[in-house]
Amino acid sequence: MEYFLQQLINGLTLGAVYGLIAIGYTMVYGIVGMINFAHGDIYMIGAFNALICFLVLGVAGITWVPLALLIVLIVSVVLTSVYGWSVERIAYRPLRGQSRLAPLISAIGMSIFLQNYVLLLHGARGKPLRAPISGGFTLMEHDGFTVQLSFVQMGIIGITVLLMLGFTYVITQTKLGRQQRACEQDMKMASLLGVDINRTISVTFVLGAGLAAVAGMMVTMYYGVIDFYIGFVAGIKAFTAAVLGGIGSLPGAMLGGLLIGLIEVFWSGYFTVEYKDVAAFSVLVLVLIFRPTGLLGRPEVEKV
Amino acid sequence: MAANATSTSPAIGVAATLDWPEILKTAVFAAAITFLLAISIVGVETQSGPGGLTLSTRFPEVAIAVVGVFFGSMALSLIRGGYPVPAMIGAGLVTGVLLVVLVLEAENPSLKYLLPFQAVVIDWGAVIIPAIICVRAAQVAWRARRQATGAGDTAIGIQIGGLARRLMPWVGLIMVVVAIALPWLPFGSSQRKIIDICTLVLTYIMLGWGLNIVVGLAGLLDLGYVAFYAVGAYSYAMLGANFGWSFWICLPLAGIFAASFGVLLGFPVLRLRGDYLAIVTLGFGEMVRIILINWWWVTGGPNGINKVARPSFFGFTFERTAPEGHRTVYDLFSSVFGQEFTYNPYWRVVFLYYLILACALVTNVFTLRVRRMPLGRAWEALREDETACRALGINPTNTKLTAFAVGAMFAGFAGSFFGARQGFVSPESFVFIESAVILAIVVLGGLGSQVGIVLAAIVLIGLPELFRELKDYRMLAFGMGMVLIMIWRPGGLLAHRDPTIRLPKDPAKPKSPA
Repeated sequence: MEYFLQQLINGLTLGAVYGLIAIGYTMVYGIVGMINFAHGDIYMIGAFNALICFLVLGVAGITWVPLALLIVLIVSVVLTSVYGWSVERIAYRPLRGQSRLAPLISAIGMSIFLQNYVLLLHGARGKPLRAPISGGFTLMEHDGFTVQLSFVQMGIIGITVLLMLGFTYVITQTKLGRQQRACEQDMKMASLLGVDINRTISVTFVLGAGLAAVAGMMVTMYYGVIDFYIGFVAGIKAFTAAVLGGIGSLPGAMLGGLLIGLIEVFWSGYFTVEYKDVAAFSVLVLVLIFRPTGLLGRPEVEKV
Repeated sequence: MAANATSTSPAIGVAATLDWPEILKTAVFAAAITFLLAISIVGVETQSGPGGLTLSTRFPEVAIAVVGVFFGSMALSLIRGGYPVPAMIGAGLVTGVLLVVLVLEAENPSLKYLLPFQAVVIDWGAVIIPAIICVRAAQVAWRARRQATGAGDTAIGIQIGGLARRLMPWVGLIMVVVAIALPWLPFGSSQRKIIDICTLVLTYIMLGWGLNIVVGLAGLLDLGYVAFYAVGAYSYAMLGANFGWSFWICLPLAGIFAASFGVLLGFPVLRLRGDYLAIVTLGFGEMVRIILINWWWVTGGPNGINKVARPSFFGFTFERTAPEGHRTVYDLFSSVFGQEFTYNPYWRVVFLYYLILACALVTNVFTLRVRRMPLGRAWEALREDETACRALGINPTNTKLTAFAVGAMFAGFAGSFFGARQGFVSPESFVFIESAVILAIVVLGGLGSQVGIVLAAIVLIGLPELFRELKDYRMLAFGMGMVLIMIWRPGGLLAHRDPTIRLPKDPAKPKSPA
């Protein structure tokens, strides 16, 4: 029971991170209809930005934790959003209106570029960070096994919930959200009605990159070590999560992220660590057999 | 970074008035973006030390990048505004100075301070950008002059495209002849290296042609193609190592195994469309790799399988001495040609080269022929419209399964060749990036264009092999190259595709008004 509870907490934390990244995939897919393969690497850039910011703050002598966290959060979100914007501007915008495969290849190229860019500038070795926050609550103690809920985990789950609420508000209530939904339904019609499509798509990429940066920052604090390759694995998992939940659906992305996180953690906890990715992909395949458009995805209606 | 903005066609030839505030605004914006991009990742270097991470700064590089982007953006605005000549001169000057310094620097190290970056490779990269702007400006200026003098305005690209189309049947033939003659051409000491690179390129050409059946003909986006390649390589390695079966028995078996895996993957994903299929195939590729790593008592785990048997020349070995009851190739040649042949490892390299050439050509001929068969036509019809296919009585399930199986089979052949050539197989060779590269070859070549795939494989595999000294920079340029080629030619290098079937030209029968 205690073991189960601990795994549940770990799974939810991991799932929250996947969910945040998955939202970036699902939003871009919903509006532009492309798989943004570089999104995982944007998350990696976000983690590096956060790491560098932590280190610079350490050198600058700002050690009051809440202030430092706030500064890191803002700086890494802003800088990473610029990456999201630039990737869209350089690699995707010139290809708008081309076949579905052209932006995909461009995105894969961008992903390779970003990985090697960070590899060249910062080296291949993992970058450790001393945890800025440590400690946590002990929820339960039984037979020498303690169930821990660390402050970082609480922070991750809390921030994710807050961001999800904020995001739902933006998408459903604001002008920007309305424009995004309009572009998702019919881009040409939306532009005829005065929606600036380029701007809307850029903002979508910026928002996605911002969420990825938050995820990157939280992972840097949670695991305490990052390298240039973390974006690939996390990207694939988050994309799997987005598809599992139904690509194009925001709640679906979050649900998918949580499911993938839970599956991974429980599989590692009760079976074998080595095959946790196999388990995650197998669940994806099983779900897609019975619901070909994911858990919360709308069925595609094809007009002839 | 604003290099892509040149695609909008300016009002050439008309002396437009320049909107300086706008140009400055664009340039400042681009420079600000560059600053934000570079300030943390480039500007601060993290170094792993014994007591944790330490920092060092690289602010001069950031400043140079910002200034460079500022002027680059202005040059591009000038080109677009109808004043290409000043942009050309400016970019040309920068290129020239950098080039001269780079060339002289080798003998005169004090010039190093004139270079923008510390790493020479990055400096060379930095030369390319003003050079491209200069060439682009010259192109625009030249076109403006031609228009002003009233010369014909057929874009060179279209002319070349038309020429290429007419020559296409011959290009293929010439390529094959050159490929066959290649081992006999005098390259001197680099002969062996060239053959090795060509063998590698041919492996990717074969993989590209194989994947083209799935992606180009049947229109199924497969991001896990490397899984079948892995299945082929491991089937040969395991059968050869455990049972001592020869390459020629294992080659068809590897194809069959890979094809069965294709069907295995095909079954659950048949109902999926488009990008759902992409993620499932990607997941499948990762699953195969993870299983190869962790099922170590069968696959050798991360170390893979060593000592994969080398292929023989139809039973005649390439080793110095033949095993009991066998003969070496050199004995065979000596007896056939009546001339003394001695042990020479080069022969095996040439043999492997011809082997993969033959395999690749078989793939190509298969594709060309199958497009004229009902099966191939069904694939292409399925790609265009699945609903219409169902209505016409084509069974989408079987059609998709055959596409997966046939594509996987060729990957299996290529895989077993790969195992035979390397002499060992390990999961490291079958990572996702390989799938991505093969897919990039297919798409960059121009979907469905067989010659285009050859070109793309040469560009993506052959060129980076030639620049091996650049190490990590190679992959950086590789990624950027993929993006740039895609932007430059969104439909692929040879975007043209002949219609599979033409209506007979019959003047008596007018075209039905649609």
